Amino acid sequence: MIGLSHYLILSAILFSLAVAGIFLNRKNVIILLMCIELMLLAVNFNFVAYSRFLNDIDGQVFVFFILTVAAAEAAIGLAILVVLFRNRRSIDVDELDMMKG
Amino acid sequence: MIESGIFYIFATTLVAAAIGVITFRNPVYSALCLVLSFVTSAVLWILLEAEFLGIVLVLVYVGAVMVLFLFVVMMLDINVEQMREGFTRYAPLGVLVALVVAFEIGYVVLRDAGAQPVKSPLPAEGYSNTEALGAVLYTDYAYAFELAAMILLVAIVAAISLTMRKRAQVKFQDINKQVATRAEDRVRLVTMKSEPRQ
Repeated sequence: MIGLSHYLILSAILFSLAVAGIFLNRKNVIILLMCIELMLLAVNFNFVAYSRFLNDIDGQVFVFFILTVAAAEAAIGLAILVVLFRNRRSIDVDELDMMKG
Repeated sequence: MIESGIFYIFATTLVAAAIGVITFRNPVYSALCLVLSFVTSAVLWILLEAEFLGIVLVLVYVGAVMVLFLFVVMMLDINVEQMREGFTRYAPLGVLVALVVAFEIGYVVLRDAGAQPVKSPLPAEGYSNTEALGAVLYTDYAYAFELAAMILLVAIVAAISLTMRKRAQVKFQDINKQVATRAEDRVRLVTMKSEPRQ
């Protein structure tokens, strides 16, 4: 029987993989954005699982809003990335220090 | 029994796809792995009887956001080798942090695994997940819903204004100037005497 803890452990594994991904690919902004999407997916997993097991629809409403905000975030992040690449010809995180004092 | 089978198959696929996202050399493969993980998550959400969100995840994420990701990844000319510098250098630290995070969450989850709520059956006849979601979304969460719409609008405006650029050599209409033009600016009427034929 699949219980709540199965889903929570799965989302914990997903979240920690995303954290590891941020450390491993810390030069590539696109992969960093993808890792943030993975983290949001893991969080949404918790919301959906709790919503089902507590029989409360509000958790799913929250996931709905998180999906909205995450879509907006991805769109703006990719727009910034395109502008950045147009100006610098590179998306290396280490080169993004022009605002350094 | 069949629920356990589906859960374990798709959970394994999901974890494998997530590992693919963070380890593939080519960002296009990473994006495709992310698509796979979203689709498997949608299946697991439908298994949790959140049908509407499962479909929304496929439509919005796979259909829109990931297409945007793939579009950007393929448009930008990324030097993959340069991007991979430091992958092995940071690998031990990354694995360590990930293990600590997984251990912490796992400890909290499994500490009182016996006391967790069990799945109660949904009202069987005529119950619709979409209907239940809509019933609270347009009543209790109406303001939050409007706010989400505003956020999307702001995101559209921001993304367009960030990426739009004016190129000097391209000729385009300036509607403001067109409308504001008066006849006196363009046409000069000259009165002169008629001249005799030579």
